[in-house]
Amino acid sequence: MKTRGYYEGFGGAYLPEILIATFDELDETFQQAKNDPNFWQEYTNIMATYSCRPTPLTFAGNLSRHFAGARIYIKREDLNHTGAHKANNVMGQGLLVKRMGKTRVIAETGAGQHGVATATMAARFGFKCTIYMGEVDVQRQRPNVFWMERLGAEVVTVRDGTRILKDAINESFRDWVTNMDTTHYVLGTACGPHPFPEMVSFFQSIVGGEARGQILEIEGKLPARIYACVGGGSNALGMFKHFIEDPVELVGVEAGGKGLASGQHASRLSSQDGSVGVAQGYKTYFLQDEDGQMKETHSVAAGLDYVGVSPILAHLAESGRVRFEATTDQEVVDALALTIQKEGLIPALESAHAFAQAFKEASSLSETDIILINQSGRGDKDIFTVADAFGDPGWQEFIKNKAEEYHG
Amino acid sequence: MVESYLRDRLKEKKILLMTHIVLGYPSFEDAFRIIEAMVEAGVDLMELQVPFSEPIADGPVILKANQQALESGTTVQKCIDFTREVTQHFGIPFLFMSYYNILFIYGIEKFIAAMAKNGLQGAIVPDLPPEEGTEYINAMQQYNLAPIFIFSPTTSNERMEYLSSFGKGFIYCVARKGVTGAHTDFSEHLEAYLARCRKATDLPLALGFGVKDRADVEFITGKVDIAVIGSQTIRIVDNDGVGAVGDFIKGLRRP
Repeated sequence: MKTRGYYEGFGGAYLPEILIATFDELDETFQQAKNDPNFWQEYTNIMATYSCRPTPLTFAGNLSRHFAGARIYIKREDLNHTGAHKANNVMGQGLLVKRMGKTRVIAETGAGQHGVATATMAARFGFKCTIYMGEVDVQRQRPNVFWMERLGAEVVTVRDGTRILKDAINESFRDWVTNMDTTHYVLGTACGPHPFPEMVSFFQSIVGGEARGQILEIEGKLPARIYACVGGGSNALGMFKHFIEDPVELVGVEAGGKGLASGQHASRLSSQDGSVGVAQGYKTYFLQDEDGQMKETHSVAAGLDYVGVSPILAHLAESGRVRFEATTDQEVVDALALTIQKEGLIPALESAHAFAQAFKEASSLSETDIILINQSGRGDKDIFTVADAFGDPGWQEFIKNKAEEYHG
Repeated sequence: MVESYLRDRLKEKKILLMTHIVLGYPSFEDAFRIIEAMVEAGVDLMELQVPFSEPIADGPVILKANQQALESGTTVQKCIDFTREVTQHFGIPFLFMSYYNILFIYGIEKFIAAMAKNGLQGAIVPDLPPEEGTEYINAMQQYNLAPIFIFSPTTSNERMEYLSSFGKGFIYCVARKGVTGAHTDFSEHLEAYLARCRKATDLPLALGFGVKDRADVEFITGKVDIAVIGSQTIRIVDNDGVGAVGDFIKGLRRP
């Protein structure tokens, strides 16, 4: 094991022996690419021509007036191909897969966004592709399963454990320890053993790099606060990285689920329920019991429903550089409704966590302050969940009719 | 302690048997009866797995056993308390096997002190390479317990020597890529790998992952010192009940 990747005590590489050589190879390939100026150029070219980079920064005038506080800007990661920031990470890792000469990729997915993004990358680069997805998530994100399969990926439903994201990660590792000669595991977030946290943040930093340039160009000054939702932490780190040295308050928003007091949430850093542990190959804050067994988590947003959090964010939480907050399922659905109504934007339920927290704070800032919200993904994929949350009668009627059609 | 015991036993037997069970599965009472049957049938040492919710190196059979043990209320403290009874009753060495978080949360030194106090002789922690395990290695040494390290077919010769420098008791050689319980092809390919393992360490060698019947055990006799039977004994208990364990173990070696 050549390097271990620690962030003030968080991170590391707690690997089974069988994977040590694979991680050494991955780390070496990544470090070479990172130090090769042509590589970043190749990466941004692909993102400009295959995805939609640079993504725009949208001034939310109506929301700004509504809260009568800070001027609100929204970074539009929803406009990426496949509808989320996940595209940034998968295309970057895809280029590394080519460098390593591997021919197959595997990935875990929660909301399905990372799975769909990986499947498009695999189709584009000509890799075989297998996606692991927890049974609970397959049920709530069926449209994404449909697209992954159309894109040529094999989607494996994971029925072990809590049947959500963490279980899909375990199953991906089990595939990888068998097939590492041909296969790269495209981990979807800035978690897991080194070099994944560093590597995923590196690719995602394209988000904040653009946003910083854009806001300086439009407003001539930096924002007062930046909000990003935090599942594993990749969109937050991607947004925060280029602002770390700036006098900007960074706010990570976790899933408050049914409220922190209910115990049904996924707030590892903003609740008192998280504690330091080692699982899935890295050391960070986990939601675990007193024996170190991982707990069930809950969020209306499948992509935030995860038991651990990026070790880089764990470090930034302890150092106080990033403030962490939690918003409940209900607050998130309300924030989503308001954003749709006022701006005609449809953030994903995950991203709507960042909106909900920003809305709580916007009025307390002055009109000369700027706040920036990362809209990490689009909400179309959440139509079933959102329609349920809104109790939309027309939608229910449609689904009933559709079901009858299939029965017919 | 473990190594000298193994060397003594190897004077009488051509190959030793190590079995693996998950504590609390199907229950602690059954686990005790399984151990009893195994010891009577001539097993030479045993791994007792403390269940963990995220056992990433384990295949479906042991994964399911971990989950069911936890669902039926198995705690780390119950596992520790249970081993005292086991080591008092049975005269073979017992090792703990678990993932690092179990030790980390309990307190590494506290966990290892409890192991020593209860008569356990070593531990296997598959997600803890020596680079991450300084505190563990030091505490194991302090309490005179054997930290068992793992070789895999992807481990370089140089790294095997590095791992061996931290290992005590024996080296656990993983027969192939993949997780526990899947099929292993016992072939010449395996022989070349085991020759590499032998060259890299003076410690006895155990071979696990996919060893399931007498033919497998016979193939590796003379090549390694210990055959590890993991998932297969759990399958036997699942399919044929605790009573079938003794005959299965006896059938693994020629009398």
